[in-house]
Amino acid sequence: MLKFLLDILSVPSILVGLVAMIGLIIQKKSKSEVIKGSLKTIMGFIVLGGGAGIVVSSLSDFSSMFQQAFGLKGIVPNNEAIVALALKTYGIQTALIMTFGMIVNIIIARFTKLKYIFLTGHHTLYMACLITAILISGGIKGIALIILGSIILGFVMAIFPAIAHPTMKKIIGQDEVAFGHFGTIGYVFSAWIGKIVGKNSRSTEELELPQGLSFLRDTSVAIGLTMTILYLIVAFTAGKNFVEKNLSGGQNFIVYSTIQAITFAGGVYIILSGVRLILAEIVPAFKGIALSIVPDAKPALDCPVVYPYAPNAVLIGFLSSFLGGIIGMFILITLKAPVILPGLVPHFFCGATAGVFGNATGGRKGAFWGALAHGLLITFLPVMLLPVLGDLGFANTTFGDADFGVVGIILGNIIRLFIH
Amino acid sequence: MKILVCCGNGLGSSFMLEMNVNKVLKELNLKAEVEHSDLASAKAIKADIYIATKDLANQMISLDGYVIILNSIINLNEIKEKLIDAFKKLDIDF
Repeated sequence: MLKFLLDILSVPSILVGLVAMIGLIIQKKSKSEVIKGSLKTIMGFIVLGGGAGIVVSSLSDFSSMFQQAFGLKGIVPNNEAIVALALKTYGIQTALIMTFGMIVNIIIARFTKLKYIFLTGHHTLYMACLITAILISGGIKGIALIILGSIILGFVMAIFPAIAHPTMKKIIGQDEVAFGHFGTIGYVFSAWIGKIVGKNSRSTEELELPQGLSFLRDTSVAIGLTMTILYLIVAFTAGKNFVEKNLSGGQNFIVYSTIQAITFAGGVYIILSGVRLILAEIVPAFKGIALSIVPDAKPALDCPVVYPYAPNAVLIGFLSSFLGGIIGMFILITLKAPVILPGLVPHFFCGATAGVFGNATGGRKGAFWGALAHGLLITFLPVMLLPVLGDLGFANTTFGDADFGVVGIILGNIIRLFIH
Repeated sequence: MKILVCCGNGLGSSFMLEMNVNKVLKELNLKAEVEHSDLASAKAIKADIYIATKDLANQMISLDGYVIILNSIINLNEIKEKLIDAFKKLDIDF
C-alpha cells in the first residue's frame, strides 16, 4: 500500500493533478468540474513532455551544425524548451516547490509589507524549475531541497514585483495592480538607464510609428521565423556537404533546415499548450485563495499588462533590445564564449517591456537606450548562468529572461561558497 | 455562447483577462464559456466574441466573430461596457 502511494506521488503529472484537485475541492467546485480539471492538469504535464522530445531533436541538429560552422557552442535561449527538458528529471521536486512556494508567497503577503501575489503562473513554474535545478546541482536533496526551494520561490515571487512597483505605478497610474514577470531586473535596469539618458526626452507615444511588425507578437510565428533564419545562416556556414552527409540523410540542406526550424517552433507550441493545461486550474485557485486570505493584496500580472499604455515603446523596445542581442552575440563570438543567439521571443516580450519601462523614466531616448542595455544584459546573463545549472548547463537551450539569470547566478554561487 | 480571450503567448495576460471577464459575467448574471489562447490558435477556435488589448488590434481583424478591443486588461468597467455593447449588437438578452 505504501509502495502504491509512493508510486502515485512520484509521478509528476499525477502530483500536479492532485494539487489541482485539492484547489478545486477547496473552492467547492462540482464533482464534474473537479474530475475535468484534475484530468486536464495531468494531461498538460504529459503534453509538455511530448513537446520537449520534439524540441530536443531539432536543437541537437542545430547544435552540431553550429559547432561545425563556428567551432563554438551555440545556445538558443528559450524558457519553454529548457523547462520542458528539465521537468523530465526534476518534475516531482519542481511541482512540490511550486505548490509550497505559492503558499509561502501568500504567507509573506499576509504578514509583511510585501503585499504582492505573483499571478503569472507559467513564470512561477519556470522559476520553481530553475531553483530546483540550481539547488540539486549544488548537492541539496530531499526535504531540505523542498523547504529551501519553496522559501526562496515565495520570496522571489514577492520581492520582484516590489522592485518593479515604483516604475509600474508611473506607467499605469494606479497602485492597486502590480507587475509580475521574471524579467524585472532587465526592466528596472532599462528604467534606470532611461533616467540617466532621457532628460527632457519626449514620450514615444507622441511619435507616429507603423505597427506592421505586430504580427511577431504571435509567439509561434516569431519563433518559426527567427529559427528559420538562424538555421539557414548556420546551415550555409556549416556547408551543404556536412548537413546532407551527417544530418539530413541526403535531403537537400535548405529544405532540411527549414523543416527543422519550424519543427522547433512546433515543439514550443506543444509545450505552451501543455503549460496552459497545467495552469488552467491552479492559477484561479491560487488567486481565489490568496485574495481571500490577503484582502489588501496587489495582484502582480504578466508583462503585456503594460503594453497598451505605450504601444510605440513596445515596438522601439523590441527592435533595440534585439539589436543589443546581436551586438552581444558578436562580443561573445570574439570572446570565444558559448554564444547566446538572439531569440525573438525574449527580445519581443522582455525587450518590449524594457522599452515601456525606459519610456516611463526617459521618454524615447530612455526606451531606446534602456531596451538596448536590456538586450545586452539578457545575452550575457545566460552565459554566467550555464556553469551553475549542472547537467542542464549542457543543453543546447537555456533560460532567457533576466531574473532567471540573476536568481540562478546568485543562488548558484552562494551554494558553491557554502558547500564546496 | 463562447468568448475567447487572446494574447501573444496565450499564457499570462489572456488568462488574467479571462478571469476578469468571468467576474464581469457573474456580475451581469450571464453564462458563457470563456477560454484563452495564443494568437496562432485563435483562428482555429470558433467563438462568438473575441477579446484582446489594443496593442494586438490589427492581429484580430481576420477573426470570424465579434471582436472587442480593450485599452486595459485590469479595468473591469471597460470590460463590462464593451461586453454589454457586444451583447446588444449580437442580439443576446441579458
